[in-house]
Amino acid sequence: MLQFLVTWLATTPSLAVPYALGAVGLILSERAGVLNLTAEGLMLIGAVSAAGAVLSFHAPPLLGMAVGMAAAAFVSLLFAALVITFRANQVIAGLVTVFFCQGLSSLLGAQFGWTSKAFSGLGPVPFGPLATIPVLGPIVFGQDLVAYLVVPILFVVSVVLGRTRAGLNLRAVGENPEAADAAGVSVPITRFLAVIAGSALIGLAGAYISVASVKIWIDDMTAGRGWIAVALVIFARWNPWRALFGAVLFGAIQAIIPKLAAAGVMLPQYLVLTTPYLATLAVMIWVSIARRHAPGDEPGALGRPYVREERV
Amino acid sequence: MTPALALDAIDKSFDGFRALDQARFVANAGEIHALLGENGAGKSTLMNVACGLYTPDSGTMRLFGAPTRLSGPRDAAAHGIGMVHQHFKLVRPFSILENVLLSRPPAAGDGAPYSRQARSVAQAIAAKAELLGAKVDPRARVDSLSIAEQQRVEVIKALVAGARILILDEPTAVLTDQEAERLLQTLRRLARDGATIVLVTHKLADVKRFADTVTIMRGGKTVAELDPSQASIEELTRLTVGDALPALPNEQPHFGRRRLEALDLTVRRADGAPAVDRVSFFVRAGEIYGLAGVSGNGQSELAELLMGVRTPDSGLIQFEDSGEAFSAPRPAALRSDGAAFIPADRYRFALAGALSVTDNFAIAGLRRGRYGGWAWTNIGRMRAETKEAIRAFDVQGVRSLAQKAALLSGGNAQKLVIAREFSDAPGVVVAQSPSRGLDARATAAVHARLKAAADRGAAVLLVSDDLDEVLKLSNRVGVMASGRLAAEFEQPFDRQEVGRAMVTHG
Repeated sequence: MLQFLVTWLATTPSLAVPYALGAVGLILSERAGVLNLTAEGLMLIGAVSAAGAVLSFHAPPLLGMAVGMAAAAFVSLLFAALVITFRANQVIAGLVTVFFCQGLSSLLGAQFGWTSKAFSGLGPVPFGPLATIPVLGPIVFGQDLVAYLVVPILFVVSVVLGRTRAGLNLRAVGENPEAADAAGVSVPITRFLAVIAGSALIGLAGAYISVASVKIWIDDMTAGRGWIAVALVIFARWNPWRALFGAVLFGAIQAIIPKLAAAGVMLPQYLVLTTPYLATLAVMIWVSIARRHAPGDEPGALGRPYVREERV
Repeated sequence: MTPALALDAIDKSFDGFRALDQARFVANAGEIHALLGENGAGKSTLMNVACGLYTPDSGTMRLFGAPTRLSGPRDAAAHGIGMVHQHFKLVRPFSILENVLLSRPPAAGDGAPYSRQARSVAQAIAAKAELLGAKVDPRARVDSLSIAEQQRVEVIKALVAGARILILDEPTAVLTDQEAERLLQTLRRLARDGATIVLVTHKLADVKRFADTVTIMRGGKTVAELDPSQASIEELTRLTVGDALPALPNEQPHFGRRRLEALDLTVRRADGAPAVDRVSFFVRAGEIYGLAGVSGNGQSELAELLMGVRTPDSGLIQFEDSGEAFSAPRPAALRSDGAAFIPADRYRFALAGALSVTDNFAIAGLRRGRYGGWAWTNIGRMRAETKEAIRAFDVQGVRSLAQKAALLSGGNAQKLVIAREFSDAPGVVVAQSPSRGLDARATAAVHARLKAAADRGAAVLLVSDDLDEVLKLSNRVGVMASGRLAAEFEQPFDRQEVGRAMVTHG
């Protein structure tokens, strides 16, 4: 039983990292008022370009992941231009971006022969003897560098959002762009920067899957994790720390499936895989019933393109 | 003396519509300068030029004698111009502190840590609040504040940003009498300290009592600049409106049967306290029944009950024409029984802002099957009748029938609502604050329409915070206080007595 718990908890972080990074990236963009459904696509871009950098250019895994971040940020310019500059419907533009990225990532993988080629990728941080401590060793000292960096990254994001002028501007643009504009904050520039920064984190989430977690590139390998990140944002009510909690919860659920199967417990695995969505549904119902008199958490201008109004 | 703000020969057009035509405006430091005009006279447009939101097509602007071109609102703030818009530019989930910090122009100390910036802004807020004679908690969230307090935040925000010229767009429109009085006293203090206050308004009483100078605009042009203490109300009215206002005909009313009756209506707020508490009254055919009260004493909830958008916890609403008593009327059923509604929040309950003027007008007739059945719609007839109604109800600023309704100014949007609601000779009319935010001429037109409906035999319920409006129009008056119908009055009304009932039962 202890062995079961240890292996379960030791595999949870690496499954939780993409959810946490993806959700925080989405939160950055959505707190600025841009409804962002692109995570699934941008994760694939991050994953394929990081794997490509490692395979073709023999980049060290961390550099490869940085390439994945940059690539996702670059591709997100397309989405940002659609919804901010051209004021396209943010839901449609998000879905289009996902489909575009799915095609583009498969094409790149096939074209350059990166598909289904295993590589060594990012290993755990060498803690030496610490990693061999019973129970604590594999759980606390058996993770890779990015998994340890998730908490500092979240800390930085939440400090920037809550305790800097830049974060104040970003949240103002997401809550009331008219007021932000009247205060002299550029709504388009703020939204562009928020989308780009968020997309870099989403790209890192994707790169983590291919370089650190699975250590291979396969078409559509994110397998819906981007959509879970989208659901996680609602689950977390746009708060980075609640997103981390949700990410660990969903990661733990995902980690337990193979363990249960190995232990001989027969649960329909597709039912277990829907748990994140069921949890999100439950949170949405809970929010609309129990918190209907509380001030809403959703950014006031989420999904609303901003047009400076001129009327007589 | 060099004027603090001088705008000369300003032109501004929108899609060929000339909003400003050689407009001129000069204000001096230390004065309260009123800018008076009807809806659509160009007051707000001119002030939006002054605060950098609009770039004028031509004309010059001078600040303390120096020619200035503003690149935007932030530039205006850097030049010491602060604007308090009619619709506040506040981020509602933010605290007062965050709102002030957001709009503070770049200054020395911007590189300082956030907590130090926050502390210095909190001190600035306290200092400015003291200047205004008020106390504010900088940590309070804006959405927990009353309208008057939010307005004060806007003023503080402008002052912290270093405004020496403060422009307020219709500041008293959203306030009660007492709150407006207090605001204007505050502005007087600021002017005494050397600030320039520009008061954009259409309320002659405010101008008479508080302005040192008034500039009057009509049709995008500046028509006069004078000292209001030297001019009579009639003279100001004539300059603003251009010609005489239509007077209300004074006829002896004749009342028929009860057409609208409320029986023991009760509705509770979310916290369980009754918002409307066992209210009963009736309105007869040909009668205007006025419901007065200080705002927030249950009038809005009562109006929502009658419109069918809120369900009473107990009690009945009876529409005599249908012979039914509803415990929870459906809006559609009310409409087919010949009820018309003029809600207080016209943009929320009465208009679909993103749809065209035609759609907004024709929806009532469409429901009655006036423009064809379920399979076919006579769009030509919809357009023709909308055009006719726009003419008959004097809705201005409609450049095309396909224009979005949200682009109409307040008074014209209200006229469009009234045109639609009165298009089918309604038997029951429920109007809440129908002249809120309207100028003298539009108000007179709205009042005439309500009178005409009553003369035709409709039962009219007028719910209003404006006691003068209620006393002027109503045949009987009920006073609401703390959710109850505290008192009822018959003609002739004693203004003092009605006013006392509004406050003593509260």
